[in-house]
Amino acid sequence: MNLYREGYGSVKGIVGPLLLVSGVREAGFGERVLIETPDGLRTGQVLQVDGDLCAIQVFEGTMGLHSGGTTVWLERDIVRIPVGISLLGRVLDGRGRPVDGTPLAFVEKTIPVNGLPLNPVARTSPNAFVETGISTIDLMNTLVRGQKLPIFSGAGLPANRLAAQIVRQASVPGKETSFVVVFAAIGITAREAGYFLDDFEKTGALNNGVFFINLASDSAVERLLTPRMALSVAEYFAFEKGYDVLVVMTDMLHYCEALREISAAREEVPGRRGFPGYMYSDLASLYERAGCVHGCAGSITQIPIITMPDDDMTHPVVDLSGYITEGQIVLDRNLHDRGIYPPVNVLPSLSRLMNKGIGKGRTVPEHRAMADQLYAAYARARELERLKLIVGEEGLSPLEHRYIRFGSAFERQFVNQGESRRDLLASLEESWKSLAVLPVSELYRLPDDLVSSRMARGKDD
Amino acid sequence: MNKTGSVIGISGPVVRAAINFPVRMFEIVHAGRESLLGEVIRIRSGAADIQVYEETSGMRVGEPVVFSGELLSVELGPGLLGSVLDGIGRPLARLREEGIYIGRGANIGTLDESREWNFSPQAGLGDTIRPGETLGTLPEGTRILHKVLLPPNSLPGRIDWIAPPGEMKLREPVCRFEDGREITLSHRWEVRRSRPFASRLPFNRPLMTGQRILDTLFPMALGGAAVIPGGFGTGKTVTQQSLAKWCNADVIVYIGCGERGNEMTEVLEEFPTLMDPYHNIPLMERMVLVANTSNMPVAAREASIYLGMTIAEFYRDMGYAVAIMADSTSRWAEALREIGGRLEEMPGEEGYPAYLGTRLAQYYERAGRITTLGKAGQEGSISVINAVSPPGGDFSEPVTQSSLRLSGTFWALDKSLAQQRHFPAINWQNSYTLYDESLAGMFAEKLGEEWSRLRLFLSETLSQEKSLLELVQLVGRDGLSEQDKWTLNLSELFRVVYLQQNAFDNIDAFCSLAKMKGLLETLRALDVFVSERLKEGLIFEQFSEIPLRAGLLRLRGTPDTDFPEFAARWLDETKESLDRIEVVVR
Repeated sequence: MNLYREGYGSVKGIVGPLLLVSGVREAGFGERVLIETPDGLRTGQVLQVDGDLCAIQVFEGTMGLHSGGTTVWLERDIVRIPVGISLLGRVLDGRGRPVDGTPLAFVEKTIPVNGLPLNPVARTSPNAFVETGISTIDLMNTLVRGQKLPIFSGAGLPANRLAAQIVRQASVPGKETSFVVVFAAIGITAREAGYFLDDFEKTGALNNGVFFINLASDSAVERLLTPRMALSVAEYFAFEKGYDVLVVMTDMLHYCEALREISAAREEVPGRRGFPGYMYSDLASLYERAGCVHGCAGSITQIPIITMPDDDMTHPVVDLSGYITEGQIVLDRNLHDRGIYPPVNVLPSLSRLMNKGIGKGRTVPEHRAMADQLYAAYARARELERLKLIVGEEGLSPLEHRYIRFGSAFERQFVNQGESRRDLLASLEESWKSLAVLPVSELYRLPDDLVSSRMARGKDD
Repeated sequence: MNKTGSVIGISGPVVRAAINFPVRMFEIVHAGRESLLGEVIRIRSGAADIQVYEETSGMRVGEPVVFSGELLSVELGPGLLGSVLDGIGRPLARLREEGIYIGRGANIGTLDESREWNFSPQAGLGDTIRPGETLGTLPEGTRILHKVLLPPNSLPGRIDWIAPPGEMKLREPVCRFEDGREITLSHRWEVRRSRPFASRLPFNRPLMTGQRILDTLFPMALGGAAVIPGGFGTGKTVTQQSLAKWCNADVIVYIGCGERGNEMTEVLEEFPTLMDPYHNIPLMERMVLVANTSNMPVAAREASIYLGMTIAEFYRDMGYAVAIMADSTSRWAEALREIGGRLEEMPGEEGYPAYLGTRLAQYYERAGRITTLGKAGQEGSISVINAVSPPGGDFSEPVTQSSLRLSGTFWALDKSLAQQRHFPAINWQNSYTLYDESLAGMFAEKLGEEWSRLRLFLSETLSQEKSLLELVQLVGRDGLSEQDKWTLNLSELFRVVYLQQNAFDNIDAFCSLAKMKGLLETLRALDVFVSERLKEGLIFEQFSEIPLRAGLLRLRGTPDTDFPEFAARWLDETKESLDRIEVVVR
């Protein structure tokens, strides 16, 4: 252990959330520091070293920080988090300290929060179907164990409600144990955090999870730490203890804004909309910490929530996330306004790993064909809706009218399931019901024998 | 002798070291206690800026930096095929033995030194061998005959001794020249330097992909360069993987550059089980994978495309057709941008460094169809197929634009097609190929003069569709003539049956040229027949009940051997049912 501590008192400047200290000897990049001020202790991390000048990001923020009388103590270690099985059921703040003040019992070890990249050779393809009980996801944008599938939401859209519903309902068919939930609240309001914690408590998830809460009122710099801590804990449970872990991170937009704040304070060259050029790599270092590993029972499934400012899917945060994650569930304001819940717009939604987890032996053989059929028909219906506005009702053929009827049945029945849990068979049943509006010849994506046997059954009923 | 400096600054992947001796630009260094690999990228006022290929957290000021004097290089030799390397050439399978995560400072050679290869000499005592000429061969996998060449950076020599046929290890000498030099199975090559060749050849051989829309409308030449830009979810990766699976190149170098870890895993799991349709060997036997996923260090991502290109050139020099695929160039450009930002360089467009175009050109211009060095110069080629991920799907951004300038084929992926689940979501209005004319002769030779007329038929129908759809928006569907209604129907058939292709279907994933021609001929025969009947006064609605689409889809799904018979039968049946409909005069 350190017999002496290294302290430096020459503060060169304070810029935004950054503290600049000079005269530091052998500063280490990414190392932790303790900042002693006349009115208490703060913590920070070395962000850049240039000769004897150090840029330190202060997790508590720099409000009230004094340029004189402040001493920076080098801790000579990178940022770590204590882990142990006793973390289950604990609520921690954004920096990993228990909010109830009771220290963690039985800490097994401390691990670095940054983690290391998984070797692609060590990974196995995620291929186990996760039943979320939500038709638009299970049937059309299937989530698989080890996937990272974000929810793209807009201000005022019920992304949190959907995420809580997924946490409540998600299960891997044929597996006894349920998911361990690791929840990272990043800069959300106290009301939103309260909603999640209440819901988790009601459903019992609270005892089977670890919860990190960084509120909107907490320091922005801390937000950079929260998801990393959550993911380190998730990795510990998944790859060392063999649990299936479901990580919910909300809201990644706030994370990126914190990133931008630090970048601006460092006077870095800004990229699109002022976000730093390395945001893609930075986001990837979070999202890529999901997956399954050879010879390991556990897995990490991620559901990040990203608010699209002004519902703009080309916003850099949304766009870059989309390039890293394995698909997206997109919420739609128009559906929401019409009272449809969950307002999932299936057309821009996508699950890239869907094909791995569905079909014969995993779900039902016609899963892919049914999803394709619904997509094709719904896309056609939406297109005809637009055409109808231009040419009017009379301009459309009878078949086209049936398509429009299908579109509305699909939205009202299939999508609009509310809080209920539909298993896959129930979702399939719903999809047949909405497709019944269309003539058989239009169901060309489905196997012929299936359609005819289904129609025969339909007549018997 | 090694020279040692010390760390004076650290900013993410960029480390600054104080030096009091001369160093080379792009020289390899080992930085810090953990001896992390890096490369000198700027030398200024007594300090060298170094991009480090591994995570730097925990590195401290004052730690030593050892300069090697050499540039980043890779060991080239047998055993590359079927391997998976990271961005700086370390085999991931052997890194795996150290744990599920990629640790730091691991130093593992690219090739397996202990493996034995069955060498057979192809040159005799007293022969004078010049660079690029064959000393011997050895089988690498079941199909690729690996040629042991005198490396292009050596001097010619006369053979004093050559190894007899038999098992050889990588580092054992296979030949000794009269001047005492010994040649082994492997040699090193600096990845940023292109390997020399004798001369360039014209772009008159196609790279067949088995993808209908590409081979028919936008074919690519061997040695050419293609760009696939598309926003997320438009199917870049699936398209590239389809090309990696089904294109007729001998060797594929696939660079996962800053993309998802699970995608590399998918390739690793799937390719060994798939068979190459041309030679019936596992696809993995012709693949080299370079995997630098998005969470792996940024600087190594920058290096990965040069590593891949060097490996491609190595096999090209043996006379093979190599296809190199990078997914995606944008991530590589972002790595450049990130490092440029850390160096506080003056940014160009959208924050990318001003030298983006130059660096891209250095990569693209290493492609081409060439004659190799040596007196018996062979034909070899490198075809580049690069994915680009434009932010927000906006093609006007600098990486897409710079790539377009350097390539000959543009396969534009379209978000709205992808949302309709029309895959491959290649937009036939925006895409183009510049190899059209140089390839026309070869297609005519293979498929007859008919082919160009069939292509024209397809592209004309599609362009008519566009104007007809605009018309429908104005006058409604009833305002169209019967012939126009049929044209709309026909173009929809083209979309569904011909342009869409199911990459996950066993039969449809790969379509032979013969079948493409057969399908087009069937559709044209149908068009001719229907148009005649329409002229006789038949109304479009009268036959809209005939399941043309389902029939054609079934036809598309028949194996090549049965196709001609099925096609003829289907056409006859369809004509019969059309004939049965009577003309009603209104």
